Amino acid sequence: MNAATQPEQGAIARNPVLRVRELRKVYGRGVVVDRFSFEIRRGECYGLLGPNGAGKTTTLRCCLGLTDPDGGEILLLEQPVPLRAREARVRVGVVPQMDNLDPDFTVTENLLIYGRYFGLRDDTIRMRIPALLDFASLTLKKDARIGELSGGMKRRLTLARALVNDPDFIFMDEPTTGLDPQARHLIWERLKQLLSRGKTILLTTHFMDEAERLADRLAVIDHGRKIAEGAPRELIAAHIEPHVVEVYGDGAVDWARGIGAQFSGRMEVSGETAFCYAVDPAPLLRDLEGRSGVRYLHRPANLEDLFLKLTGREMRDEA
Amino acid sequence: MNSVTRSANSIVEPAHPARSHWAAPRPSARFLPVWRRNFLVWRKYMTERILSNIVEPLITLVAFGYGLGSLLPPIEGVTYLQFLASGSICMSVMYSAKFESLWGAFGRMDTQKTWAGIMNTPTAIDDILAGELAWAATKATFTAVAILTVIWGLDITRAPLSLLVLPVAFCTALTFSAMALIVTALARGYDTLSNYFVVVVTPMVFVSGVFFPLSQVPEWLRAIARWLPLTAAVDIMRPLVLGRMPEHLVRGFALLTAYLVVCYYVALVLTRRRLLT
Repeated sequence: MNAATQPEQGAIARNPVLRVRELRKVYGRGVVVDRFSFEIRRGECYGLLGPNGAGKTTTLRCCLGLTDPDGGEILLLEQPVPLRAREARVRVGVVPQMDNLDPDFTVTENLLIYGRYFGLRDDTIRMRIPALLDFASLTLKKDARIGELSGGMKRRLTLARALVNDPDFIFMDEPTTGLDPQARHLIWERLKQLLSRGKTILLTTHFMDEAERLADRLAVIDHGRKIAEGAPRELIAAHIEPHVVEVYGDGAVDWARGIGAQFSGRMEVSGETAFCYAVDPAPLLRDLEGRSGVRYLHRPANLEDLFLKLTGREMRDEA
Repeated sequence: MNSVTRSANSIVEPAHPARSHWAAPRPSARFLPVWRRNFLVWRKYMTERILSNIVEPLITLVAFGYGLGSLLPPIEGVTYLQFLASGSICMSVMYSAKFESLWGAFGRMDTQKTWAGIMNTPTAIDDILAGELAWAATKATFTAVAILTVIWGLDITRAPLSLLVLPVAFCTALTFSAMALIVTALARGYDTLSNYFVVVVTPMVFVSGVFFPLSQVPEWLRAIARWLPLTAAVDIMRPLVLGRMPEHLVRGFALLTAYLVVCYYVALVLTRRRLLT
């Protein structure tokens, strides 16, 4: 490339790492992704939040060029997708929802063999492997077979494998699903390290605490449509009263329909529990303090409240 | 494809997803790491594989060739043992390629999701299938080496020309592998693979001149057999093993190549349809 055709460095840094416009994907008669637009800036962690079947994984697959959209435009690391998806994937790392590590090989061999799919030379990959093992806290397991690893170790190896090509941009599809709390915290800590190194991350999750902790910005999607977008705290502040009083136990629902509703900005009942959303929780708490049988929990509003408000409380089984 | 030249702000008419599944194959040199991965797995279990590669033809040749063959008159000017040995090398090459592209490839695609992992890299499905083809043919060639060793060891024939069987084995195995990859792309489970083997592959062995000459089958069946890839493989490989140049070399290769090209393309379209959704 000569100087004239090469965009200046500043322009590259300003351009979004991923730009999706009016993305549409239809399976049979069902619209899975419906005119979804978003942009991810360099160095940020962007979350895609949605119930099962909301179109998160399909959006990811479209962005990687693994399935053709039925409409819309995708620009991934300056490359149009799906047309030049192969070229774009050279600088992308992917942590899939399901581990697909190679069971015939050891931990080290998995990294080596995966690096070759990027066209990397063996000595380049071998030079990177110690740091990758260290990052995944798997140095002691470097010669172990995949079958000998715990769920958390497999996830960490999958994460290390996604970094073997030193990608600028990492796709993570529900990276902590199925992990115990210790393993989840370790993964979160590693993701923060990656962000501090300037990597960009696209994260899908249905764990609200995960999104709240990691995402700089996020989009809530449901039925393939974007229904909210922004920084987690700002979104909560914009959509939800700051205080939540959860009331449960005998008579909780009756209490909530009467006094609860009267003192709340908004009140919802789900099963045996009532959720009272309020700007000023004092009247609710005063009334509840003296009651027997009814138990309650006062907490600040969080992303889960926002999510449930936007997507409803009914079960989603059509994943 | 005009999706790049479209102006950035226009709202786009729907593309037809089916269209790209039918696109011409675009395999690249990236098929090599896929081949290499499979080779490395094979190498891990090499000792056992080689042992079974040698013992199996040894048993067949001893039992049928020496046992049954001693009761039979010469066929087409050679002993039954020579006839059988030169035919069964084709059969083993075919079995080896089919097994690898059915059970092996299906396991990597469906059970282990190895292909899904690879597809997240710049290595695309076109490369994966090309790598699988090349690997199945390589493994079938190893089988041919083992059997040829047995044939030489038992002094069934030691014609120098028989070494040419090895490159021919590689080429014919590509064809058998491509056919099997179609079934793999359509398979709903391991039962589909077994059914294909029982209903298509095994009967083909009996009408392709491996165990007895085609002159023994009815005219109508012979007409079908002439167009089977295994018959073409036998027609090329048997004379070579016995030290003669094949008569129908060009026709045989043309037929095998036609099968290969068509089947690789069909397998690719079906695999894209299965995985790129």
